Amino acid sequence: MFRASSLSTQIHTRKFLLANLSRNILQSNLHRDNKNSEVIPIRTNYTSSTNSQISNLEKCILAVSSALTAFCDPGRGDMIATLGETTGSIFINRMRDHMLRDKTGRRILRERPRIHSSTIDIPYLSSLPLGTFGKEYTNFLDGQNVTPDTRVKVQYIYDDELAYVMQRYRECHDFFHALTKLPANVEGELALKWFELAQTGMPMTLLSSIFGPLKLSSKERERLFKKYVPWALQCGSQCKFLLNVYYEEHWNKNIDEMRNELGIYLVD
Amino acid sequence: MISRNQLKRLHSTIVKPYIYNKGLRSLCSTSIKFHRVQHDTKQEPETHFGFKNVPESMKENLVGQVFENVATKYDVMNDAMSLGVHRLWKDHFIRTMAPGPGTKLLDVAGGTGDIAMGFLNYCKEIHGDASAQVTLLDINPKMLEVGKKRFAKSSYNHTSQATFEIGNAENLSSIPSNSFDVYTIAFGIRNCTHIDRVLHEAYRTLKPGGRFMCLEFGKVQNPLISSIYNFYSFQIIPVIGQIIAADRDSYQYLVESIRRFPSQEQFAEMIKDAGFTIVGDGWEDLTFGIVAFHSGFKL
Repeated sequence: MFRASSLSTQIHTRKFLLANLSRNILQSNLHRDNKNSEVIPIRTNYTSSTNSQISNLEKCILAVSSALTAFCDPGRGDMIATLGETTGSIFINRMRDHMLRDKTGRRILRERPRIHSSTIDIPYLSSLPLGTFGKEYTNFLDGQNVTPDTRVKVQYIYDDELAYVMQRYRECHDFFHALTKLPANVEGELALKWFELAQTGMPMTLLSSIFGPLKLSSKERERLFKKYVPWALQCGSQCKFLLNVYYEEHWNKNIDEMRNELGIYLVD
Repeated sequence: MISRNQLKRLHSTIVKPYIYNKGLRSLCSTSIKFHRVQHDTKQEPETHFGFKNVPESMKENLVGQVFENVATKYDVMNDAMSLGVHRLWKDHFIRTMAPGPGTKLLDVAGGTGDIAMGFLNYCKEIHGDASAQVTLLDINPKMLEVGKKRFAKSSYNHTSQATFEIGNAENLSSIPSNSFDVYTIAFGIRNCTHIDRVLHEAYRTLKPGGRFMCLEFGKVQNPLISSIYNFYSFQIIPVIGQIIAADRDSYQYLVESIRRFPSQEQFAEMIKDAGFTIVGDGWEDLTFGIVAFHSGFKL
């Protein structure tokens, strides 16, 4: 019995060591392919003082105060971002591991593409035929009068890869809108938050999903919980993990075909 | 078959570097740019910027960026961070100054105009005087803009009592010598690269009999207050900065720059070296030494 348990421990430890070794190799190779992330920094420029990491106490205080600020002033998108970063540690790790298990996800982590007006050609995308993913995306952007440059940079995640995962998650938010055809009003954003909750499980999405509807009127709330939330939870949990899609390679694809492949169905 | 002990040792050697690697990686990638700059300008003397050391020529730009970022929320943040106590400090400052009618004040690093406004209000309320003059000077155009807007909304917008200028405290080329009765610099001198030059310019621009007054954060002697103050500075203030001004780094710089500024005794020596005559110690501690009020006379 002693020998059997020592064998299983050894196998377990070796698997763990092997996983760490491969991760080390992967990380050491990453710098070679990081052209994009050097051009557009992922994290805020530390113009001041030291690059010291914040303490856990500060993280707690920041999480609570950013949650309160975001609730009181929904226009503060940067507060939601901060809330996500301070509360999301385990879940971002899980998202990264999810990406590592998929072939395309691994390629995204290696190449680290960025979605920025300097890396994607928006005029070209708006010239694509109607019904393609690129055209739907630019229609959405034009409808909201936004550019992909408005995303807040990562501040409180100190590991490069995790910071990239967070940044990619933020940048893909508009793609989710295009794929699920949800409008960018409060209802649509909340429905999308429920969808992201089902996909990623992040506490920030949970908090937004629970406290966000308090800001709606009762009729809107009823519609949200009757129509959108069941769809979001169902669709979000059954479709492919959306961060594993290399969106930059699918501009020309027909959007309905793309939805079929990913397992997304629209709200009725 | 490796023994369990050997495996444990192997485990610890491989896992540890991975954990440290995370920290190293984050340090390397964000500060790579900085290191490159430092290699190119190795000959240039360095000064402090918060807890970092940067080439002297860079400090002015970095400080400029900091104040550009915080200009619009500066007053709100002052109230939030000091819980309103900064108003008491500045009020005490002006009451100690006790300007008479017709005083000419040069308020350097005046920024949003707290001292300048307080000065004019004092003259108006205590002496009923409208001939007091203040020149508000600041190196940062954005801070000066905020100050101008504030004066435009006040009762002084149609008078010529307040004038605004952009200038560098280290080189007040636009100000003639022996021209002002009082020179004040409140919470600005620690951001200057060469404090001795600032003091020299202050001495030059003051009339004989003029007074140099400086409010600046100082060192706290009391250990209990000091530990509470440190905790508050490093844990709470940057969070408030993130929440209200959406800029944590600038307030991190602020609390670090306070720690790098010379102590009250050292600064009083520097004031004496510039030629000022000081009375007693030359400074007064406010709020347990969190703020020090320095004063010197040109005789």
